[in-house]
Amino acid sequence: MTEIVETQSAPAPSLGARLEIVPVVLFAAFAAAPLLASFSGAEGYVLSLLTRVMIFGIAAMALDLILGYGALVSFGHAAFLGLGGYAVGILASHGFEDAFIQIPVAILASAAFAFVTGAISLRTKGVYFIMITLAFGQMLYFLATSLAPYGGDDGMTLASRSLVVGADWLKNDFTFYWVCLLCLFGVYALSRSLVASRFGRVLRGTRENAVRMEAIGFRPFRFQLAAYVISGMMAGLAGCLLANQAEFVSPAFMTWQRSGELIFMVVLGGLGSLHGAIIGAAAFLLLEEFLPEILHTVSFFLSEETRAHLAENWKMVFGPLLILIVLFVRGGIMGLLRGPRHG
Amino acid sequence: MTATLFLVQALNGLQFGLILFLIAAGLTLVFGVMDFINLAHGVQYMVGAYLVAAFSAWTGSFGWALLLALPTALAFGLLLEVLVFRHLYDRDHLDQVLATFGVILFLNQGVKFVWGAAPLSVPVPELLSGSVEIANGLLYPVYRLAIIAAGLVIAGLLYVLVNHTRVGMLVRAGASNASMVSALGVNIQRLFMVVFGFGAMLAGFAGAMVAPILSVEPGMGDNILILAFVVIVIGGIGSIRGAFLAALLIGLVDTVGRSFAPNLLRLVLDPAAASQTGRAIAPMLIYIFMAAVLFFRPSGLFPVKR
Repeated sequence: MTEIVETQSAPAPSLGARLEIVPVVLFAAFAAAPLLASFSGAEGYVLSLLTRVMIFGIAAMALDLILGYGALVSFGHAAFLGLGGYAVGILASHGFEDAFIQIPVAILASAAFAFVTGAISLRTKGVYFIMITLAFGQMLYFLATSLAPYGGDDGMTLASRSLVVGADWLKNDFTFYWVCLLCLFGVYALSRSLVASRFGRVLRGTRENAVRMEAIGFRPFRFQLAAYVISGMMAGLAGCLLANQAEFVSPAFMTWQRSGELIFMVVLGGLGSLHGAIIGAAAFLLLEEFLPEILHTVSFFLSEETRAHLAENWKMVFGPLLILIVLFVRGGIMGLLRGPRHG
Repeated sequence: MTATLFLVQALNGLQFGLILFLIAAGLTLVFGVMDFINLAHGVQYMVGAYLVAAFSAWTGSFGWALLLALPTALAFGLLLEVLVFRHLYDRDHLDQVLATFGVILFLNQGVKFVWGAAPLSVPVPELLSGSVEIANGLLYPVYRLAIIAAGLVIAGLLYVLVNHTRVGMLVRAGASNASMVSALGVNIQRLFMVVFGFGAMLAGFAGAMVAPILSVEPGMGDNILILAFVVIVIGGIGSIRGAFLAALLIGLVDTVGRSFAPNLLRLVLDPAAASQTGRAIAPMLIYIFMAAVLFFRPSGLFPVKR
């Protein structure tokens, strides 16, 4: 159903212009949120929730870069969150508390891990790729659980957030919020330009038909590997921010369920649009946060005990909701925004 | 001392491998025949364990509980097939991963809802309790030997079923080319249901068998699911024989690796460092093993010819 649009040499201008509204509104909303938060009365809570949304937005966008544009279903992307987080935690515990040391180390570590595992994983195709990325993610997870000096299973609490050239600016939740927004915007801008470049077109070409790309003289493997490494580095950055936000790192950063959630965020938002991944992350986290309350409210006709029970077991609603979304909401939230396609 | 320890670990590995095989067999068939990734296969193992826990509390006998749990697990698998999975066969792998992930969320919470979050325990059946001496002075629990025996019997039955019956022939044909089988006039929808229900029952059986030796708790299927995936990927998707060998390999590598990696490392490192790195490396061994296998044979050890 999308074939016609994709084989056109240029997208129809009206469609393109209409879609660009979404990211503008999205970033404007993120920029306005701290101002509104101070009126809400619970600004600490609102800020920390939205900061989490932006951090997962970065991670989901990183995944969208390879999943949406390269059709590479990485089921181990949470590993990079963990790598970033542990880079912050381990360096901090050895006295390197500056973000300008931690972040480059985290990104380099993610790049190295992505390069090695990507080079092996990309030899396989389809479902084997899903499984081997899953295996690498699990490998890192178990490594983290056995790091006894760094908390093992329980994880480690950070003494403080990272310093910026020796100053503890990030301690302020507002400043941290703006830093995360800046990172989100930076990653988005970078991803957009990557996708629009020749590199992005080769990647998309490979997604459609790797054999043909090879026939016209490209080596898909190199492009896919480069995309995988870039995506890993972005997710590693998200991991650094996540560790700072929670002031805590643990193996739970990189469970395979977390990788599944990342995939779900991307699909929920709509594959292959980048800002869709941010919207998906927001929708997922907000749903997770507010579903218990929503359930409690909409079941007003039931007894108080049943309502509490329902709110406590919100995952029994969340799971089927997820299935229904997969079955009936094709194209995710971006697909809904775009409306039905005209023949 | 080391030899007997090795023997015990090898038996534990064999037992673990056979349990893995019971889960992986259904998974690899569902995958091979329907090209369907079922992440919810692990919760079917969990459901099997919970069913046996519930029925044995009710009847007071493990044997009756097992007899009741198997058809219930089968019915439950078929119910899931009709409600959810059937609508996913013609979707891509991504949708299948996500929807079955939703099933996991639901069922993990569901068992908490019904049975509570605290782990349940199932008593070892009287007949199979206690230990026997298998070598001089070496005692081994009878129940674990019973698991090994049951696993081997099921593996044998599966071999006969898949290789020497009409249904097995259709399943093998379906794994090679499902649309051709359908074109030859076989009701592929019904074949899918049979394979699916059977796989769910095998996973439920595995869960039921381990219920007396593990604690029955929500989420118990999640990690074993990943191991079962490792098994079918190493074995070659769709291949029962590959799943069998890979399951035994993984069971042995994991169990023996966990107890001997620290000892082996002691040869090159000082004891404290050796035990620490050993404990770090042991759980990673199987994943390293899988990566190595896929590096040299990207479609597993026994790829099904298509």
